Amino acid sequence: MDARITLHVDGVARSLTVDTRTSLLDALRDHLGAMSPKKGCDHGQCGACTVLLDGRRATTCLAFAVAHDGATIITAQGLANGDGLHEMQRAFLDHDGFQCGYCTPGQICSAVGMLEEAEAGHPSHVTQDLTGPVVLTDDEIRERMSGNLCRCGAYVNIVAAIREVARKEGSA
Amino acid sequence: MSTSLANAPLEIRAIGLPLERIEGRAKVTGTAPYAYEQTVADPLYLHPVQATIARGKIASIDSAAAKALPGVVAIITHENAPRLASDKDKELWVLQSDAVGFRGQFIGAVIAQTPEVARQAASLVRVTYAEQPHEAELRADRSDLYAPKQVNPDYPTDTDEGDVEAALKAAAVTIDQTYSTPWENNNPMEPHTTVATWGDGKLTLYDSTQGAHSVRTMLAPLFGLKPEQMRVIAPHVGGGFGSKGTPHAHDVLAGLAAQAVPGRPVKLALTRQQMFSLAGYRTPTIQHFRLGADREGRLTAIVHEVIEQTSRIKEFAEQTAVPTRLLYASPNRRTSHRLAALDVPVPSWMRAPGETPGVCGNEMAMDELAVACGLDPIELRIRNDPPVDPESGKPWSGRNLVGCLREGARRFGWDQRDPAPRSRERDGWLVGLGVASSTYPRYAMPGSVASIRYGADRRYAVRIGAADIGTGTWTALTQIAADALGCPVEAIRMEIGDTDQPNATVEGGSSGITSWGTTIVAAARAFRAEHGDAPREGAEASAGMPENPDEKRFAMHSFGAQFAEVRVNVDTGEIRVPRMLGVFSVGRIINPRTARSQFIGGMTMGLSMALHEESVMDPRFGHVVTQDRRAPADARRAGPALEPDGFARDRRDRHCRRGGGDRQRRLARHRNPRAPPADHAGQGPVLSANTATRSSVIGRLRAARPASDNS
Ligand code: FES
Ligand code: FES
Repeated sequence: MDARITLHVDGVARSLTVDTRTSLLDALRDHLGAMSPKKGCDHGQCGACTVLLDGRRATTCLAFAVAHDGATIITAQGLANGDGLHEMQRAFLDHDGFQCGYCTPGQICSAVGMLEEAEAGHPSHVTQDLTGPVVLTDDEIRERMSGNLCRCGAYVNIVAAIREVARKEGSA
Repeated sequence: MSTSLANAPLEIRAIGLPLERIEGRAKVTGTAPYAYEQTVADPLYLHPVQATIARGKIASIDSAAAKALPGVVAIITHENAPRLASDKDKELWVLQSDAVGFRGQFIGAVIAQTPEVARQAASLVRVTYAEQPHEAELRADRSDLYAPKQVNPDYPTDTDEGDVEAALKAAAVTIDQTYSTPWENNNPMEPHTTVATWGDGKLTLYDSTQGAHSVRTMLAPLFGLKPEQMRVIAPHVGGGFGSKGTPHAHDVLAGLAAQAVPGRPVKLALTRQQMFSLAGYRTPTIQHFRLGADREGRLTAIVHEVIEQTSRIKEFAEQTAVPTRLLYASPNRRTSHRLAALDVPVPSWMRAPGETPGVCGNEMAMDELAVACGLDPIELRIRNDPPVDPESGKPWSGRNLVGCLREGARRFGWDQRDPAPRSRERDGWLVGLGVASSTYPRYAMPGSVASIRYGADRRYAVRIGAADIGTGTWTALTQIAADALGCPVEAIRMEIGDTDQPNATVEGGSSGITSWGTTIVAAARAFRAEHGDAPREGAEASAGMPENPDEKRFAMHSFGAQFAEVRVNVDTGEIRVPRMLGVFSVGRIINPRTARSQFIGGMTMGLSMALHEESVMDPRFGHVVTQDRRAPADARRAGPALEPDGFARDRRDRHCRRGGGDRQRRLARHRNPRAPPADHAGQGPVLSANTATRSSVIGRLRAARPASDNS
């Protein structure tokens, strides 16, 4: 069965017809040619497909496109403003927070979403004080980023990049 | 070109600088096109049909229901697939016969307008089999173990020097242990992908590969094509770890499908689950170690007997005992490899084949010997450090393992180690320190060619069909080219990853930068010799990789020392690894930023292998049942945090040096500026991973990773 939907991707409204079985990830990649989110596992384990979906990080391989008609999506491509990179992207470059780069757009979207969650006071599994503001220690960063895998093993540098941005924003 | 010119040293300016990756912006925005992401017009989608038995013959295939599904364009099976030219490689003999050699093997493919329809249709194909009994379990007591002719890539299967049995009998101290390492899957983040188009007698592949030219070299004859009738394009590759070093069955399947629908691009990306049976993996190993030593810990005998598996349809013999031939000195030494040919997926290269499981066995045996001799494990290794290569008798071009061990010990706080088991407990955690040696051969592969052209944009287009699988090739080759031409890096336009460029050898065996870099230096010298320092627009020259006469005179290998602090929870057995440190002697560092990432990546993968990774085979059915990403995933839990600050302690190794492919021995030293843990106050880790492992998996340390690159 097909359905007609509209997605606002990186600031542009796009209408498309999808099979109701089409994942949001495949809608972006195969239908709209928005290739910034990657397909690493297609079942919610790697985080490579992460985007900001209506402002929150989400794994698009686990979402049906038809269930998100009208949604606003920001990919890593959309985080950059033309030539100007998002500060998280700059930090990933500065710290070499990647090798092959295939997990990277998902890591970056996830990190940006994660910082907002921390800012909003969402606790994590390792948060000690559930009442005060969240302090993004390395343990917190690792826990909150644990849905994003990197087979190249760039974790050390990924944590360093996120730590730097968190510090700048005053949450670490 | 004269030899003196060819060997003249470069003026080093860009080499050694920590340049940012030149494709970095494209990667952090997700716009660097990997194979699936290349723009093609009007594509079709392929979903494979896989065998559900481990051995036998296909009796019948009924694809009527699949064909009837709207959107299905073609279905190919062995009954109607285009014919291939050679059955020499049975892994690549795809859809050519009714035989099934392992569970998960391709037996058909559906090509459809959408991926959803292709997948649904593939599930509707009905297959019956004449099943035969299969064997999928590796055991040391099998009666059908055999000695392969050689082990990967071309090492002798067995070696035997001196009289090990007599030496063991006479030894004051002996160790007799058997270690096993599990089945491991490479699992690069980007799934194996091929986008194939067949048109006008030409086949074009956008492929996720470590070697565009090697894919063409292997597949063009299979499809009955001349090399110029096939083009392979792979500018960006989402990791490989060896599994993309050689074409696998999916490349052939996509090519066959494209032939069935000429003019239409066919897209095939393996699912994560399919990668466990179709993209290579590391064989499990069973390693029998016997060591003999005198009271001072000097080895008098080393015996390393390895049992491992291959697939019945194609042999791959992992060289597990090969590193044992050079790691430590001993007058008596025997190594051997025996294989069981099973009805299992085809094993292949996985990051440092041979060294990874083999050094792991060596280092566990050495630790047991240290305990038996009452010696410090570092001291034991130093006492057995061979002054020359034990196997060939050649001098080392540069070894420096002892230097790595000593420097690492100093930086890691080794002197605070208490060798007695369970001797240090902190807040309910037992704390132990461990050490292991690393080694990897220095390979250079002949056959690459580079061309250089001076363009209207006043830049030099440097072309070679090399691969960047995350290793930093784009950037490192740009630096080498800049120094070779004596110009700034901005004046270089690097072009890699396409068979339209001159031939490049595979990104494998950590040979890439050495092979391609030296080739580029030769091409730059040819260019300057021909066109001088002020070339006209369009001036062009090319050259192949020159020979290195020192290769015959010296044994060339990299070495390293790995340190880990491991904590085990007294009550739960939970393992954490708060600190790791690696000190490496690896030759000239072209780019410290990307090299550091390579080291960290290797150490992280080693940590993951040791604590998390095991692909579990169910021998009743002959397939891996743990087909997901949790294993490598858990390295995230081991998410290390470290802060290196550069490379130091230069020790030139003249013999490995050739132009830009120089190998200059260095210790990679990194310092952690953050406060070290209290029990190591004042000790800064070197290239270290301050890992905060919160592993819930309880495992024994099984794999020590040698230093190598990403392949
Ligand atoms: S592709 Fe969505 S989580 Fe892996
Ligand atoms: S950079 Fe390769 S998987 Fe993360």
